[in-house]
Amino acid sequence: MKDCKNYQAVVIGTSAGGLKALKVILENLPDSFYLPIIIVQHLNPQSDGFLAQYLNQHSGLNVKEAESGEPIIQKHVYIAPANYHLLVEKNRTLSLTVSEKVNYARPSIDLLFESAAEVFLHCLIGILLTGANDDGSRGIAKINHFGGLTIAQNPESAEVNMMPVSAIKTGKVDIVLHLEEIPAMLASLCKS
Amino acid sequence: MNDQASQLLQLQDLEIDLFLEAIFRYYGYDFRNYNRAHVKRRIIHRQQTLGLSSVSELQHRVLHEKDFIEHILRDLSINVTEMYRDPAFYLAMRKEVFPLLRTWPYIKIWHAGCSTGEEVYSFAIMLKEEGLYDRCQIYATDFNPLVIETAKKGIYPISKIKDYTYNYQQAGGLQSFSDYYIAKYDSAILNQSLRQNIVFAEHNLVTDSIFAEVQLILCRNVLIYFNKELQNKVVRIFKDSLVKGGFLGLGSKENLMFTDVYEAFEVVDPKEKIYKKKLQS
Repeated sequence: MKDCKNYQAVVIGTSAGGLKALKVILENLPDSFYLPIIIVQHLNPQSDGFLAQYLNQHSGLNVKEAESGEPIIQKHVYIAPANYHLLVEKNRTLSLTVSEKVNYARPSIDLLFESAAEVFLHCLIGILLTGANDDGSRGIAKINHFGGLTIAQNPESAEVNMMPVSAIKTGKVDIVLHLEEIPAMLASLCKS
Repeated sequence: MNDQASQLLQLQDLEIDLFLEAIFRYYGYDFRNYNRAHVKRRIIHRQQTLGLSSVSELQHRVLHEKDFIEHILRDLSINVTEMYRDPAFYLAMRKEVFPLLRTWPYIKIWHAGCSTGEEVYSFAIMLKEEGLYDRCQIYATDFNPLVIETAKKGIYPISKIKDYTYNYQQAGGLQSFSDYYIAKYDSAILNQSLRQNIVFAEHNLVTDSIFAEVQLILCRNVLIYFNKELQNKVVRIFKDSLVKGGFLGLGSKENLMFTDVYEAFEVVDPKEKIYKKKLQS
């Protein structure tokens, strides 16, 4: 197990099937969960803010669409807007770009994970859930490289297993969990 | 913690600082106050593509190899654009801004960060359809001379026309989009008449100052790349360039709210990020 007793942020990536999976996680986190959570869910480029509103209704945490320049603060959940990449800056703010798609995706999970890994180093938890492509695998490897904790959804419990399967194949995933086990694990890691 | 990894990371960040400083001091392009995560990713990507072992090696090449800076400019300027990007923005312009724009006898428009020109021509078409084009002067600027060249030509891949036609309709287009271009081989050549009142020019928002006094400024998806300090500098330039009652249109994820000039503007459309400079400001 990793030696960090002081995690500072959680990043989550998901694609196909992600809406339901994210709902399960956010719904079951205790209201006392204080680590900021930053999420990339692949979305249709036309969607506008629905995901954040929907998840906010199902969570005791403050779920919102990420804005450019916004500071990352505790007890907040940030969702990447459709058609923008979401990155973490060194001063712990969020930034958006409309640069080229990465892994056919914008927002791309790899971009969020890689930039977050360089900022939070070993104090980051990265989670990859259900999805139909391999976006996120490089990001998971980078989080692992800097000593962060990496978690993949058990492919058997994933609506679409390709995303967690390809992450696990990198050999850089620390823990494989069924979806329902993830909130409890996060809650236990967040206890000070 | 992996100490070696984080030490290398610190070294890389230092090299990137030096790299950006070198480009600014030697070529005058200033990326030092861009949001760093994005800039860093592009630089590292270029370094790795070339098989170089460090950013310092890349710096050597950019300083000593002729024309190499062009690659770096291409890497660091975002030229993802399309005609009528975010059609709802154009629709809002047509409905909420044009009726007031009409009241000026002569209309000057500054499109800052125009990239390869798709959005400039989109706007020009809309001005034509509203009968305003003939009394407009459009300044379309970008810091990157390469994209300006593309913009001047007004020739785009025919493969994109289907999407552009859809966007045009969503944006409230009044004619058939095919009225505005000629298809030739793999290209769609926009009508030359659209270019008549457009001046394309190099202008750098970071290092240059006020461009002209104008009634409308369009600057979409540029500010998101800047840090807070630079954003403030640029929106001040916009405020000073606008006539009283002039309009500013930003990208859908950009906002004046957190900048120093917010008080000088009123919000015309909060969703489409359209602002109006107050009459008493």
